[in-house]
Amino acid sequence: MAGHRIYMITSISRFIEKNRRALIALLVLSVMMIIFLIINPQVFLNPLMYKAIFKTLSMFIILASAMVFVIVSGEIDLSFGSIVGLAGWTLVLTLESGLSPYLGVLFALIVGAFIGFINGIIITRLGISSLVSTIGMSFLIRGLIYIGTKGMGTSVVYLAGTPFYNAFIGSIWGFPVNMLWALGFVVLSVLLFDYHIFGAQISCVGDNLESSLEMGINVATIKTLAFVYVGIASAIVAVQFTLTNQIFYPGSGDGLLLIVLAAVFIGGTPGWGGIGTIMGSVIGACIISVINSGIIAAGVSYLFKEFFYGLIIILALIGHKLNEKRC
Amino acid sequence: MKNKFLELKNISKSFGKVSALERVNFYIKGEPEIVGLIGDNGAGKSTLIKIISGIHTPDCGEIYINGKRMENWSVVKSRASGVETVYQDRALAMQQTLARNIFMGRELTSIFGFVKSKLQFAEADRLMRTIGFTSKVFASDSAVVNLSGGERQGVAIARALYFKANLMILDEPTTALSLTEAQKIFDFIRQARKGGSSCIFITHNIYHAYDVSDRCVVLDRGKIVMETDREHTTVEQLVKDMQKIAQNNGKVREGINNARS
Repeated sequence: MAGHRIYMITSISRFIEKNRRALIALLVLSVMMIIFLIINPQVFLNPLMYKAIFKTLSMFIILASAMVFVIVSGEIDLSFGSIVGLAGWTLVLTLESGLSPYLGVLFALIVGAFIGFINGIIITRLGISSLVSTIGMSFLIRGLIYIGTKGMGTSVVYLAGTPFYNAFIGSIWGFPVNMLWALGFVVLSVLLFDYHIFGAQISCVGDNLESSLEMGINVATIKTLAFVYVGIASAIVAVQFTLTNQIFYPGSGDGLLLIVLAAVFIGGTPGWGGIGTIMGSVIGACIISVINSGIIAAGVSYLFKEFFYGLIIILALIGHKLNEKRC
Repeated sequence: MKNKFLELKNISKSFGKVSALERVNFYIKGEPEIVGLIGDNGAGKSTLIKIISGIHTPDCGEIYINGKRMENWSVVKSRASGVETVYQDRALAMQQTLARNIFMGRELTSIFGFVKSKLQFAEADRLMRTIGFTSKVFASDSAVVNLSGGERQGVAIARALYFKANLMILDEPTTALSLTEAQKIFDFIRQARKGGSSCIFITHNIYHAYDVSDRCVVLDRGKIVMETDREHTTVEQLVKDMQKIAQNNGKVREGINNARS
């Protein structure tokens, strides 16, 4: 009996140790939810509130999960917002040429993966800093979209209610399908990050580049694959984004950059590489979404939204730092 | 008697006008042994090690593995022959687990590339116990950053051991370590020898070299000036011999200075 208790305690403490960063993020989310519930229980106990949150949450979750791979590898990708725009434009162009929308999704995925590949090649083969090169790529793509569309948006309102629309952002038994896509992406990301050789090697690469090279890890390929993964995630988000807004506009995906990066860092993935957490990033995305909708629902002026963003991001980061020092 | 595992014959290496090694003959026996490679800064230890690891190409001389002459000696050929160089901190990914470090770049995976974590943890655990890693605080899923300097060295040794290194080269593993920590490394090395690996132990410290080595080789200004089996000498004698070498060095330096002035 005593042995069983010791085993339980050891297992629990191992679990806490392993998921420390994600648990801190969960604590922040819980405290925030409690505060919102106390302030306005009627709104925060209403399922409609969560329906509104789920509309954008899936996109934050998909991008934040993919972003973990790049950040853990010791790099950063600031071009994914523009990739969302380019992949969305690809989808719309396919629709305009009368082809199947499913083919449009396939083309969007190929374009997303290709831009990720180019990012990876520039960074790993030419040795240019990811911070600088992905800013360049971001402007380049966005500029291309503006030139190509002449700054005009394209409505896809006619897709609403079609099987294609329902397959991406419809609902099954009242549960939003876009969240199921996000869930699927998270499962894939966890499998790759925590259980696959890709996750194991990318962590080593971000932790000690020199040693990884000496141990025979193909650093360039591993890093390039991480950028390709972000490109694919951006394409999935582009489809959801375009269908949710029922319009493609040249600035699609512009506002995602800081929100997604904040979600990753709040979730407990540090900026220095080597370690990260997919589940933490998912919780980070939830925190961002709850602030987004919660501030207004709590009756606070929208003018306070960015202030609370900043406040909670800084508090969460201080929490992670204190937690590190304690260990 | 078995063939020598490694034999270097008449190896010379210069960098510009500076001669780093001059007609050096060096060997590692066929049976596992620990060789202490002692020498001052600039004696040529690092150059010799980099030649064995295949990083530097010698200007002249021959390299033999198990009696077979090796042509175009390189890092790849050195690794393929079972030579592993272990650097203290540089070799480890600090935030990763012991197991992940041991299997870094050579993960045990299933056909779809999923890591056999349980097997890796079990193997890491077995290896760490084999080399005498007795810490009860850490398990194979503990992060390396939490280990002491000596224990980190143990992880690097376990890695070399798992991949059946015939020869491990430990580059100044006891620098900046306490006596207890250094003793831990000596135990790890002895266990590795029991496991069938030879070891070149590079150090400035004569006492450390004497403590762990079966044979001590002294390099001075690019030449091997002394070689002795541990059983044929005492640490006091070794210190006296080293002092003589240092005095000769001093006389040579004095001579050079006089000539210059």
